[in-house]
Amino acid sequence: MNFRHAKTILLAAWGVSLLASLAASRINPYWLYVFYDIGIGIVMAVSLNLINGYTGQFSLGHAGFMAVGAYVSAVITNQCGDLSMFAANGIFALALLAGGLSAALAGLLVGIPTLRLRGDYLAIVTLGFGEIIRVLLQNMDKVGAARGLSVMHGWTNLFWTFGLAAVTVYVVAALVNSTYGRGFMAVHDDEVAAEAMGLNTTKYKVTAFVVGAFFAGIAGGLYAHSKQFITPGGFGFMQSITFVVMVILGGMGNTIGVILAAILLTLLPEGLRMLAGIEHLAGFSANRPLSWLGETRMIIYSLLLIVLMLARPQGLFSRKRNAPVK
Amino acid sequence: MKTWPEQFLAAAAAMLVLTGCNKPAAGPDASADIIKVGEFASLTGSEATFGQSSHHGTQLAVDQLNAAGGVLGKKIQLLTEDNQSQAGQSATVVRKLISSDGVVAILGEVASSRSLEAAPICQQNKVPMISPSSTNPKVTETGDYIFRVCFIDPFQGTVMANFAGKRLQLKNVAILTDVKSDYSVGLTKFFKEGFLAAGGKIAVEQNYSGGDKDFNAQLTAIKAANPDGLFVPGYYTEVGLIALQAKQLNLAFPMFGGDGWESSSLVPIGGAALEGDYFSTHFSPQDTTPAVQAFAKDFLAKFHEPSDAMAALGYDSLMLLADAIKRAGTTEGTKVREALAATKDFHGATGNITIDPARNASKPAVILTITNGGFQYIETVAP
Repeated sequence: MNFRHAKTILLAAWGVSLLASLAASRINPYWLYVFYDIGIGIVMAVSLNLINGYTGQFSLGHAGFMAVGAYVSAVITNQCGDLSMFAANGIFALALLAGGLSAALAGLLVGIPTLRLRGDYLAIVTLGFGEIIRVLLQNMDKVGAARGLSVMHGWTNLFWTFGLAAVTVYVVAALVNSTYGRGFMAVHDDEVAAEAMGLNTTKYKVTAFVVGAFFAGIAGGLYAHSKQFITPGGFGFMQSITFVVMVILGGMGNTIGVILAAILLTLLPEGLRMLAGIEHLAGFSANRPLSWLGETRMIIYSLLLIVLMLARPQGLFSRKRNAPVK
Repeated sequence: MKTWPEQFLAAAAAMLVLTGCNKPAAGPDASADIIKVGEFASLTGSEATFGQSSHHGTQLAVDQLNAAGGVLGKKIQLLTEDNQSQAGQSATVVRKLISSDGVVAILGEVASSRSLEAAPICQQNKVPMISPSSTNPKVTETGDYIFRVCFIDPFQGTVMANFAGKRLQLKNVAILTDVKSDYSVGLTKFFKEGFLAAGGKIAVEQNYSGGDKDFNAQLTAIKAANPDGLFVPGYYTEVGLIALQAKQLNLAFPMFGGDGWESSSLVPIGGAALEGDYFSTHFSPQDTTPAVQAFAKDFLAKFHEPSDAMAALGYDSLMLLADAIKRAGTTEGTKVREALAATKDFHGATGNITIDPARNASKPAVILTITNGGFQYIETVAP
């Protein structure tokens, strides 16, 4: 694969997101925040793709790492009063980094003992981990317990969201396109063969897990500072499933597919919501002729998922490599 | 197969196209003959029954107002968005209601955590928000545009203290608190203050954690202290189990608690052991006040199901807003906010509501008892 222009593209993505964030005041706030959701979805799905797609492990606890990042960064920024734009962005960057590092540490703690497991067993362990995080947060009075935590500053903007989404994509792509990264795919394709070739498979799995967790923590920080209110319930099992769906729908181990799936799955419910709200439609006499879409929105969403998976079981894009598939 | 950078470029292009599609909002609806009111509710998901009830109550209020000619000569249009009982969704839908639909006010939600998500957005945009049934004190503390039509947690503690002392003539009461729940701890605090101030005595205080199944240790300690009543400000699942186990230990005194008891699952869990116990809540369709009877009758006629507290509070949230808009003579946010803050003695389906300086509703609570497996109205207690 050709990876030469990646750095240029990364810089271009930063430039575009910086320009976009300067024009943010002209964007309808509702759509602006939907874009934030898209950016956060991309970071989550692409980082999960490193674990579930490229390395072939099955993690169901990604929202747990997101929770760690969200709470850590929110606790840090909540210590600050009103700051100038420069200071605010500086503190925000540090808070995001702290959130990411805490999540990575959590990933390491879970990863080392559990990543000797495979397949279904690993899925169950990560699922359990996600729930532990949620229950711990629910019982920590300092961060509001089950009530939730108000985040004072809405510092998330287009630059941070899409800038960091670009970084995530770059890091994951750079990693899997490196010599070292071939190890992830080796683990994915045949763990026994990889081990026989002298690869330390556990080390590869832990690396994928820690890097994935780091970006999930960053996404959590972005989430906390865009919603400005976080509850432990928002990082439950179902949230993890949403990101797993993005990875599977996009095509396991295909970054572009996963990005598109993250965009599609975030926009779809909002698009249906918008259709339901149309006041008049040519050919219909009733007021709000598509309002039934509102009530059946989630059913349509689920049906589309089923249809998409039936039509393209390998995902929107499938991973094609020169190496023969097992 | 395209190379990696090409794929990236394609994605970036797709993103730009998407961004380009995005036009600024058209602003509030220019057509002058409707008033748009936004509502966000948990119509689907884990708390759908609460959200549906509340939404039905609000819908009934809209229909009644519009049938009577609307407000300020304009029809009310209720725009309802579902948040699927999920965290993160309320912020999105409330932004949509405010910036895309241009609503004049926001109604919602039942769960305090979701109201807390929406409140800062309403406050920033200077759009008044009325929560029908979020009882956590923090909700209205967000800012001066946030109101509620229900009473807050502490009030029920005081009400039950008066009820226990005056009506039940109890002198020596035991307390069993769910230490994991804010709500329970708050109720206990205010119950104790009220009951001690009225000359009562607390025999013994015991704790449990929500989710516990066995309460024999606590109940045995309570039995040893020989109280004449037991205050359990918990949720219905544990309350039912506590009642069952208390009966097995032959504890003969009455139990009483707050609105966490009100659930159709309470009696199936606790059964006959709950007979003769009491709890306070927001509303009872058996209340004989004309306003309550009228609401209960209309609700039954429209939705073919009995009304409950959530429905009555949903109804009151819209009626209170309509009243404020009438008094303000405009739908402008700041004026409506002032009118809402000045609400005094508004006759709602859940009693006479006065908005206090902290923007909480000062209003009566009703006390119910459990007889023959059903809830029976006892009395209304003024604040």
